[in-house]
Amino acid sequence: MSVVFVMAPLALLLAAVAVAGFVWAARDGQFEDVDTPPQRVLLDDDPDRAE
Amino acid sequence: MTTTLQAGAPHPRPTRPSASDLNKESSACDHCGLPVPDGRSRFCCAGCEVAYETIHGAGLENYYSVRQRLATKRRAASGAGKRYAAYDSDAFQRRYASPAADGLRAIDLRLEGVHCAACVWLVERLPKIAPGVVDARLMLGAARARVVWDPQATSLSAVAQSLDRLGYAPHPARDRAARDARSRSERRRLVDMAIAGALAGNNMLVAIGLYAGAAEGIEPRFENLFRWLSLAIGWLSIAWPGRVFFRGAAAALRARTANLDLPIALALLVGAVAGTANVVMGRGEVYFDSLSVLVFLLLVGRFIQLRQQRWAEDSVGLMLSMTPDECRVVRGDRVEDESVDALDIGDVVEVRAGDLFPADGVVTTGRSAVDRSILTGESRPVPVGPGAEVCAGAQNLASTLRLEVSAVGDDTRLGRLVRLVEDGVAAKPPIVQFADRVAGWFVSVVAVLAAVNLAWWASRGPLSGAIDSTVALLIVACPCALGLATPLTMAIAIGRGAKRGMLIKSAAVLERLADVSPDKPGRLLIDKTGTLTTGRLRVEGWAGDRQVQPWVAAVEAQSSHPVAAALVRVFGPAEQRDGYEVSDRVERHGFGVTAATPLGRMMVGSPRFAEEAGVEVGGEIAGAIRLGRRRGLTVALVAIEGRAVGVAWLGDDLHPDAREHLATLGEAGWRAEILSGDTPDAVRHTAAAVGLNEEAGVGGAAPEEKLQRVRAAEQTPQAGPVMMVGDGVNDAAALAAADIGVAVQGGAEASLAAADVYLTEPGVGKLVELVRLGQATMRVARRNLAISLAYNLVAVTLAAAGWIGPLAAAILMPISSLTVLASAVRFSGDGAAQAEAARVPKNQSD
Repeated sequence: MSVVFVMAPLALLLAAVAVAGFVWAARDGQFEDVDTPPQRVLLDDDPDRAE
Repeated sequence: MTTTLQAGAPHPRPTRPSASDLNKESSACDHCGLPVPDGRSRFCCAGCEVAYETIHGAGLENYYSVRQRLATKRRAASGAGKRYAAYDSDAFQRRYASPAADGLRAIDLRLEGVHCAACVWLVERLPKIAPGVVDARLMLGAARARVVWDPQATSLSAVAQSLDRLGYAPHPARDRAARDARSRSERRRLVDMAIAGALAGNNMLVAIGLYAGAAEGIEPRFENLFRWLSLAIGWLSIAWPGRVFFRGAAAALRARTANLDLPIALALLVGAVAGTANVVMGRGEVYFDSLSVLVFLLLVGRFIQLRQQRWAEDSVGLMLSMTPDECRVVRGDRVEDESVDALDIGDVVEVRAGDLFPADGVVTTGRSAVDRSILTGESRPVPVGPGAEVCAGAQNLASTLRLEVSAVGDDTRLGRLVRLVEDGVAAKPPIVQFADRVAGWFVSVVAVLAAVNLAWWASRGPLSGAIDSTVALLIVACPCALGLATPLTMAIAIGRGAKRGMLIKSAAVLERLADVSPDKPGRLLIDKTGTLTTGRLRVEGWAGDRQVQPWVAAVEAQSSHPVAAALVRVFGPAEQRDGYEVSDRVERHGFGVTAATPLGRMMVGSPRFAEEAGVEVGGEIAGAIRLGRRRGLTVALVAIEGRAVGVAWLGDDLHPDAREHLATLGEAGWRAEILSGDTPDAVRHTAAAVGLNEEAGVGGAAPEEKLQRVRAAEQTPQAGPVMMVGDGVNDAAALAAADIGVAVQGGAEASLAAADVYLTEPGVGKLVELVRLGQATMRVARRNLAISLAYNLVAVTLAAAGWIGPLAAAILMPISSLTVLASAVRFSGDGAAQAEAARVPKNQSD
């Protein structure tokens, strides 16, 4: 029994996990608005800290 | 040089904003005039600062003084200063707000004046500014904010007022249901595409193992494993993300038409069945890697096109509704702000000058002039008094009116029109997409070729060889390049259009535009008011004594009537301090004004008003009145002490270049006609002014008649495409029914929703560009079709001759896709140069 028989399905399983993650993100609406979040990152999180 | 500039002085860089500064009185951004979030710096955002420095660096400071003079753009970004009392009513809350967790409530609001990152910052600081707001999230692209608030701690009207004070006048988001449905379908497509991508990637990895094994040698048990893995992944691609093609093909078969899904589904099915047979029997090629990649690429193309179209729709969605959200209802002896949704038949509402009527009704008290152009297209204000009927959506121009409501919501004339629009959209025959039109004969040719091939090889050798060759033929005949390139070309065209101010909601429109040529004319129906003309009155001529002109301006200075505004623009300014003293001023709304001047008692008004007042009209003046009327112009008569001394002709201000643009469109094969609700005389006059035959001007057309005319034009035998251009609610039904509906800037929401294309510039100038864009797009689409077909033809011939194995087919397929892709992408390069060339002759002053 070669290791390939274990590794190939395992690799596919890993890919499936990644796809599941993407599906969750899409259903969660994370790709709805791709304009605002990149701007939001650049803004100061908490203006109080500037004081 | 203006006071905002302080030219030459080094200006401080914006400092980090702080919360305490928010409560200070904020200063205006030096660039855009919006409130500066931190009150200390001179700019609202980095973009404004860069723009300011660029403008300064280039020595273009005059930009600011010009803008200061026009002042219109700056005012648009300030709050409306309303009280938003209606937002607290139950009817409003039931309709637009929804409960959130922990007893909180949430609402989607559309904000005016949102345009940069600083806006995101400011709006999302709302919980600090307005106590009781728990969360605020802004979507920059769609200018929509989701606000969650605690109903125990604050009211929605207080939240709305806070937003308004920041300069973002809020409106309830009315299109939530449609938007939710669209997001759901987009998410589904996104998920399908991701799954197809993951499957395609993994299947290619497996295929590399197989191809390497074929070259280097591989143990049979490993080869077998990889073949079965490929089979599993391939079937998964076809059955899960690939199901859309089978669904589309099935729909086409049921409707007895052809579309591009049909040959794609055929190739997928044949490949999958043949591949399965080969894997099970342990011989020949597996096709599954090619099939997985094919599914993925096709889904990518479609997704990109839809995303672009959705973006265009969102941008159009920024426009605001034409009926007000709230109104002032008379309850006993008090006047209360209430939501329009709470209004009932029999209520009495008060409508102040400048406001829109919230419902249909009958005037009970007050006299005023009403602008009904949104409904009827008629540019002239109509005088109203007690007993007169007014429609929702019309604007009260002169003074406060009270009316008894006779119809609300969907039962108003406006509501019925909107329903006509919806019916028009639903009844509109879908445009058969270019690629789908091609698909019809594509399928038949491939089917015939495959049958001939099978018969030929079966008669010459073993059946298995014939089947192998036929399968190869069917797979290479899959129109993959075509299926990918068409959506991409369309997506690029939509993007290019958006950059140049044309928001295209449906790519199929571009194909329709290209259908028209001088040999195959199309009909172009144009609305007059707001499209060919600015909708603003302009003084076209004057007959009589010129000395009285400044006095006319002085008498009319305080009137808000459009005729008065036009007269003041031309004859004014005549200020009191310059010696133009006017007293004892009496205005009869919709008729005219009288006032005492040193020249004597002066009257400026309509000839009918003068007649009632017993004004003596001399022969020359009477002739001028008749001539003006014959030319479809509005006439204002000036009299002193009961004797007519002058006549002003006023006409609708024509957009510059309208004549030239219509001529260009005419050369391209568009037969223009004017279709307007304005008086027949005025329409005929405009037709002549823009260089059309006078018969090409149809006046007095009600919205229903516009719709009928568009339908009739479409049903004429051998009729080319019918394009309708308009801006008002009165055009909306016709826009929806036309092959190509184009709404121009300044239009009402209903017309934007109904149109296929929205032009962000007033007038017909962009129309010429739109037609050119359509032609350029179809040129590229045809080029791609030719490349794709040439590839298919060569590959099919080779496959039929038996020279092409499935492996060669698998390699050829991506090459053809890449060629067509490169051709589609090059289109954006071509276009930029063309757009530049098209822009040069036009003046670019702001």
